[in-house]
Amino acid sequence: MIRLERIARAYDVGGRPLFALRDVSEEIRAGEHVAIMGPSGSGKSTLLNVLGCLDRPTGGSYVFDGREVADLDDEELTRLRRHQIGFVFQFFHLVPRLTALENVALPLLFAGLPPDQRRERARAALEAVGLAERATHRPDQLSGGERQRTALARATIMGPRVLLADEPTGNLDTVSGRQVLDLLERLNGQGLTLVVVTHDPGIARRAQRVLVLVDGRVVRRVPGREAAGVAEWFASAPHQAGDGP
Amino acid sequence: MSAADLLRFAARALTGHRLRSALSLLGVAIGVAAVVVLTALGEGAQRYVTGQFAGLGTNLLIVLPGRTETTGAVPGVGGVPNDLTLDDARALARSVPGVEKVAPVSMGTETVSHRARQRQVAVLGSTSELLEVRRLKLARGEFLPPGELDRGDAVVVLASKAARELFPGEDPLGAVVRLGDSRLRVIGVLAPRGVQLGVDMDDAVILPVATAMRIFNRRSLFRILVQVRAHAEVERARVAVVALLKERHSEEDVTCFTQEAMVATFGQILGALTLAVAAIAAISLSVAGIGIMNVMLVTVSERTQEIGLLKALGAGRRQVLAIFLAKALLLAAAGGLLGVAFGAGATAGLVGLYPDLDARPPGWAVGAALGVAVVVGGVFGVLPARRAMRLDPVAALARR
Repeated sequence: MIRLERIARAYDVGGRPLFALRDVSEEIRAGEHVAIMGPSGSGKSTLLNVLGCLDRPTGGSYVFDGREVADLDDEELTRLRRHQIGFVFQFFHLVPRLTALENVALPLLFAGLPPDQRRERARAALEAVGLAERATHRPDQLSGGERQRTALARATIMGPRVLLADEPTGNLDTVSGRQVLDLLERLNGQGLTLVVVTHDPGIARRAQRVLVLVDGRVVRRVPGREAAGVAEWFASAPHQAGDGP
Repeated sequence: MSAADLLRFAARALTGHRLRSALSLLGVAIGVAAVVVLTALGEGAQRYVTGQFAGLGTNLLIVLPGRTETTGAVPGVGGVPNDLTLDDARALARSVPGVEKVAPVSMGTETVSHRARQRQVAVLGSTSELLEVRRLKLARGEFLPPGELDRGDAVVVLASKAARELFPGEDPLGAVVRLGDSRLRVIGVLAPRGVQLGVDMDDAVILPVATAMRIFNRRSLFRILVQVRAHAEVERARVAVVALLKERHSEEDVTCFTQEAMVATFGQILGALTLAVAAIAAISLSVAGIGIMNVMLVTVSERTQEIGLLKALGAGRRQVLAIFLAKALLLAAAGGLLGVAFGAGATAGLVGLYPDLDARPPGWAVGAALGVAVVVGGVFGVLPARRAMRLDPVAALARR
């Protein structure tokens, strides 16, 4: 599904390149559930943005579903984002003036679907996350958990192949967080490729694989059940890139 | 994304910051309203002036001594123009085909007095024909007696204001007034007429042309008014008048123009003025455009995150551009429509205050103002919209 080869993302800081990602080579199979962990500033979000085609890498090759992303023009990238990739953010990023239903329908709007089809599909998507009766509420009338579930309905309404979630439960209480995670896992169970950035080992543990990023490099790859160990390892000492156990 | 979806989305975004949208909309509205009101007033004034001219009489030829067009002759050779005399007037009445009435006019100002009351008035020397040629109306008594042009009867007709001022609360008919060295008997009083083309027609006295020329010691007439029978004959009569006077004076030394030509000239001048004023008003529209741009730029930087989000959700660059352009155009169009309503309302209010003024917003000005408003919205909306389009979604989303 996704193949990264020697991906680098450098920023120009005062004339010197600062690497947010360097030499990341990774393969994510269709239907896989992968967690990305790492201390803040390690490049987790940058990696997620590169995967989501929001950010272009400065080096290396990114192949999405057999297509080299670097070769795609703007229009094709937009279509890729619209149809193949769903995003869920820590801060929900719902449009405040639109109702839950309208927020969910946004990708359909950009895809050019007629209004009645948009309404119908958005309603079904809200129903799937258990928010049918909240359709006409605006985000400020929804709880945090409801907002994230709305965002999840929006992220999946186009039937994407890959769902990218950046700290999806970071702003939620335990109960709401669990609901969101359950939904994510259910979607993954239906064949959706799931990539979750988190610093919570309790969430990473649910993944099949955990990638550990430090200083823009993948320093460890462990099975999900060993996620707790990763957290301990973070806590134990300051790390140099590449000095994994 | 269909046009309807686009407009609906843009409209929703605009109502998200009502006050700011309303203010920039108001800027456009004021500009458009200014154009609408000023052109309505300009065209109203145009209609008013041409109406006034029409009140002076139609099918009218005006003959004055001297040529207004230069002939290219060496100065001095052409000489001083010959007098325009009563004989000329007589000849015109006799020989020019199509002529209905000829009214010679001598004009000056003089002090008219009755007992201790004095008044400086315009003095018009003419004949009985003047009453019809200039569409005057008598209030009382009679107008100048018909008859030979040379007959310098010592009579006078007072215009309404002159009569009122000289004879407050009295009947002027039959009374004797002094004009310069002459004593004249009042035989009539004119009905009020009002200011016409800057001359207060009510503050004047009218006496037989021979009397006036004697008082002013003049041999030349001020002008000759010729009323032609039918509109179709006006131009032919004009040519005949010029030819006849050229023959009589042995050179072409008079100017003869039609009332219509004068009306047309005034119309042109007022039309140009209207356009100039409208153009000045249109400048305020471009200022309003800057207001729109300002609002849009603020919106773009305020909505950075949202723009990033829209891109992440699959909005293309062109869609983002279109959304923001649609916002600017909506603001401009709504402001334009509001301005037309304002302008029409203000014009109606002015007409209510000054019923003489037949002012209504001209269709071309309404259309042009709306068009300019929308174009301004588009032009000033492009920069913010392009800025929105180019926003890096990652950077946009990163702001919290």
